Amino acid sequence: MGKTLQNRQENKLRYLPAIIALSVLYIVLLLLDNVLPANTFTLMLIPVLRKGAIYSLVCVSMNLLNGFTGLFSLGQAGFMLIGAYVYAIFSIPADQHAAVYQYFEGGAIQFSIPEMLGNVLGTNAGNFLGAIICIIIAGAVAAVFAALIGIPVLRLKSDYLAIATLGFAEILRAVFQWNGLGAITNGSNLLRKYTTFTDMNLQLGSITIKLHSLFPFLIAMLSILFIVLLINSTYGRAFKAIRDDEVAAEAMGINLFRHKMYAFIVSSFFAGVGGALLAMFQTTIQAAAFKTAMTYEILLMVVIGGIGSVSGSCIAAFLYIACSEWWLRFLDSGSFLGITVPFFRDGFRKVVFSVIIMVIVLFFSRGIMGDKELSFRGLISKLQKKSKKKEEADNG
Amino acid sequence: MSAFLEANLPYILAGISVGGQYALIAIGYTMVYGILRLINFAHGDVFMVAGLVMVYTTASLPIYISIPIVLVATVILGLLIERVAYKPLRTAPRMSVMISAIGVSYLLQNCALYFTGGLPQIYPEIPFLSESITILGATTKWVTVITPFLTIILVVLLVLLINHTKIGMAMRAVSKDFETSQLMGIRINSVISVTFAIGCFLAAVGSLLYFSNYTSVIPTSGAMPGLKAFVAAVFGGIGSIPGAVIGAFIIGICENIIKGIGWTTFSDAFTFVLLIVILLVKPTGIFGEKTTDKV
Amino acid sequence: MKKTIALLLALAMFCCLFAGCGGQGGNTIKIGVYEPQSGDNGAGGKQEILGMQYANSLTPTVEIGGKTYNVELVYADNESSTDKAVSAATTLVSAGCSVVLGSYGSSVSIAASDTFAAAGIPAIGVTCTNPQVTEGNDHYFRICFLDPFQGTVLANFAYEKLGASTVYCLGQLGNDYDQGLINYFKEAAEALGMTVITAEFPENNSDFTSYLTTAKNEGADVIFAPCSTSYAQLIVEQTAAQGLNIPLLAGDTWDSNVILNAAQGKDSQIYVSTFYAEGGDPDFEAGIKEWIKGDATNLANNGGDDMVAAVTVMGYDAYYTALEALKAAGSTKPADVKAALPGVTYTGVSGAIAFNEIGDAERDTAYIKMANTETGAWDFVAVQGVN
Repeated sequence: MGKTLQNRQENKLRYLPAIIALSVLYIVLLLLDNVLPANTFTLMLIPVLRKGAIYSLVCVSMNLLNGFTGLFSLGQAGFMLIGAYVYAIFSIPADQHAAVYQYFEGGAIQFSIPEMLGNVLGTNAGNFLGAIICIIIAGAVAAVFAALIGIPVLRLKSDYLAIATLGFAEILRAVFQWNGLGAITNGSNLLRKYTTFTDMNLQLGSITIKLHSLFPFLIAMLSILFIVLLINSTYGRAFKAIRDDEVAAEAMGINLFRHKMYAFIVSSFFAGVGGALLAMFQTTIQAAAFKTAMTYEILLMVVIGGIGSVSGSCIAAFLYIACSEWWLRFLDSGSFLGITVPFFRDGFRKVVFSVIIMVIVLFFSRGIMGDKELSFRGLISKLQKKSKKKEEADNG
Repeated sequence: MSAFLEANLPYILAGISVGGQYALIAIGYTMVYGILRLINFAHGDVFMVAGLVMVYTTASLPIYISIPIVLVATVILGLLIERVAYKPLRTAPRMSVMISAIGVSYLLQNCALYFTGGLPQIYPEIPFLSESITILGATTKWVTVITPFLTIILVVLLVLLINHTKIGMAMRAVSKDFETSQLMGIRINSVISVTFAIGCFLAAVGSLLYFSNYTSVIPTSGAMPGLKAFVAAVFGGIGSIPGAVIGAFIIGICENIIKGIGWTTFSDAFTFVLLIVILLVKPTGIFGEKTTDKV
Repeated sequence: MKKTIALLLALAMFCCLFAGCGGQGGNTIKIGVYEPQSGDNGAGGKQEILGMQYANSLTPTVEIGGKTYNVELVYADNESSTDKAVSAATTLVSAGCSVVLGSYGSSVSIAASDTFAAAGIPAIGVTCTNPQVTEGNDHYFRICFLDPFQGTVLANFAYEKLGASTVYCLGQLGNDYDQGLINYFKEAAEALGMTVITAEFPENNSDFTSYLTTAKNEGADVIFAPCSTSYAQLIVEQTAAQGLNIPLLAGDTWDSNVILNAAQGKDSQIYVSTFYAEGGDPDFEAGIKEWIKGDATNLANNGGDDMVAAVTVMGYDAYYTALEALKAAGSTKPADVKAALPGVTYTGVSGAIAFNEIGDAERDTAYIKMANTETGAWDFVAVQGVN
């Protein structure tokens, strides 16, 4: 009895460093949004952080399928596409419809959820709540599609599943670009003017607190937390059992199809949420951008982070985004620290980047984290072990 | 009748020609899959690189020297990819190898982007192949007519090689059972190398035909033909060479009929619908052998 | 071994962090060049940049408020893709550009618009023809004509000069430029009593034979295919190979030597509407040809010869319009430039530029040119307006 109590207390303490770290992160983000002046550094940092948070979520959702359930699905871009479009469609203000759907007589859907809520609750609160509702709808629609696609596709084996989901993503893209649905999807044209991160403000009396960067982090973190809880539940254990050995899992009484379906639906739901956040980040959305290449990119992030590690996926997403959009850009610009290098021209960044990825895939196939999770306790004990080893070595 | 033929023959001709080109790529997929159980995602990009090599070699060399160089260079590239990216992962899970293939595809596309500077490269005209011809009132290029015949000749040669030579026997054995054939003294690595060499050689021939018809090479040129060829391979029953060829022709022709009846928006999507339907109805494809999974 | 590689990688990354922080000269003003340099529109974007670079080589300094500044062009590649737009635009913003030029392709311009707006940086659209680029904002300006105008011009031309009654429209699926222009063309053409058939081809498509056969079977008098040059080249090639004697009609994207090279020596009729006709300013043309030929990179970026594309001319004019704006602003602050831009007027090689209340330059003429398949040059056909 006493022991469990102690355990419980320990468990509570276990998460303390993580909670502190997250709070520090959130305070920094709030400061970035509201107080810190814009300079060369912060101007690049902010979008990288936002996009990194979004991609973390998308990577974790892919990892749930590929890493934890062993389903090699390549349909992520398709579900993100659904999420992004559903989000945008329901949050374009009514008076902007004529401008956005310029070729489709203002489109078929003539209302905006954030706007409707805004009329009741005030603009800021309406935007905030409306965006959250739209994000949830976006995820839900993606999940419904996943359920429909899953019925035929999840019966397939590894590579066939990969190619079938990839095919579905391509079909979805064609459908969304079809002029026949133009009144809803705007065909090949951009959707824009919907609620974005810059509309996320908190009104406290006369003070407005900007939540532009905090918002994606909040949504992404809550979603990832949900996925982590799922992974640690009985469902999660069933997923891992399926990954490790389908036949054995079935023999243990796990309903293979149903569990695969759960994983697929949950993963797609969060891919949809990720897509909605990406739409908010980009401020415009076009189906043409959600290509197979996007899925490959996400897959590579998952691999870099470590297949089967949530924290690995998050770290990798931030690193990947920062490298490809910020740190390695100098490779394209033609000079390095003021020295002109002849072969540093447009596209060199991508070559270097893909070589790095190949090196990771070939020599560090476990990625940054393998299938382990980042924890402060783990870090501390590792450091202790190292110092102990050193001591031993010194003594011996 | 003749009016109908004249109106619709171009669709069928285009379909057969495209089908022939897909077939040459699909063989590479199906053979590699048969032996390594790996979807070689980089195969379409090898095809694209073959096109680029042709563009760059003809800039300084005459055509009759460039063509052999293209064939050899493509085969070397294929072998190199196998050695560097797939061989170290032979014991790794299948997912890792597939990811490695995606990585190679990404690398090849980015290198192509860097070297071409993002500009479409004009494919050189190959004498005879690029000239026009009129059949039953439908005008097309010679290459369109030659492609199916050349494809069939190459496939017959390949089938002969597989059925009547020692290396062919080894390939069949390896694709039946990887471990056992290893125990039987078959040198797996050389068999795999030969497979990649043949696949890439055919992809290079395919690229000659394809780009003579559609004369511009961009870094993503290989992606769509590659995917469709893979679908063709699955359609015909993966691992089966005649299956891949017939699947490729069916996909090529259907795709052009779809375009012909006006559903142009869904011409690519249709290929994938076909894939999903075949996977559900007959997962082993039309010519695939039934396999049972052992515990 | 592995640890060493990992360490080296980490170290390299760390170094990269500081690589971006270059020193900034005191008397330098930065003009952002937001253009595609890869992807479907890479070729067009590069030609547009050439115009700016040439202008920059002629006039590398500008006098603002009595002080002479060196003009530095800062490039960001948007990869012709809207999902790369935000980060490419942010690079320009963080580099401290006073004004941005670009982009070739309207969707990427629209996608970056909010980023520029948030930073208060004005942008000058060079050849983005979608009305949405400048609509409803005060920071995006444009020096070229618009799609509704261009679509109508082309429909009029097809009706009056080519005597067409049936038009087959072919555009890329998912490309808003193609679909938008086809939409305006269709509206105008149907108003004139023409029959319009539309078709879409998927991205990375290279087989156009079936589309062309359909056009022939439907009895099309003209094929209208306002797509990017990578596809245009294939369409030209395959129309000729199939021996179709149907004229091809397209918008400004086709005004490129890529098309001329593809059409040379073949039996094809190609008409384009564009911003500029050869011979409009012989001195300028002689100068830029000399400049392009003088540098291998420029020559490669221009597609291997010295034909001057209309987008290059527009890029050239855009650069000078930006300089005018800087002079008028009398400061390097983006906000001042933005305030000064509506009043800026400039007479460039492509004609007079003055902005209306939306931010668009008033352009009421488009040049129609025809590809001469023997000489491999454009022949001037007509100046077409909207009646």
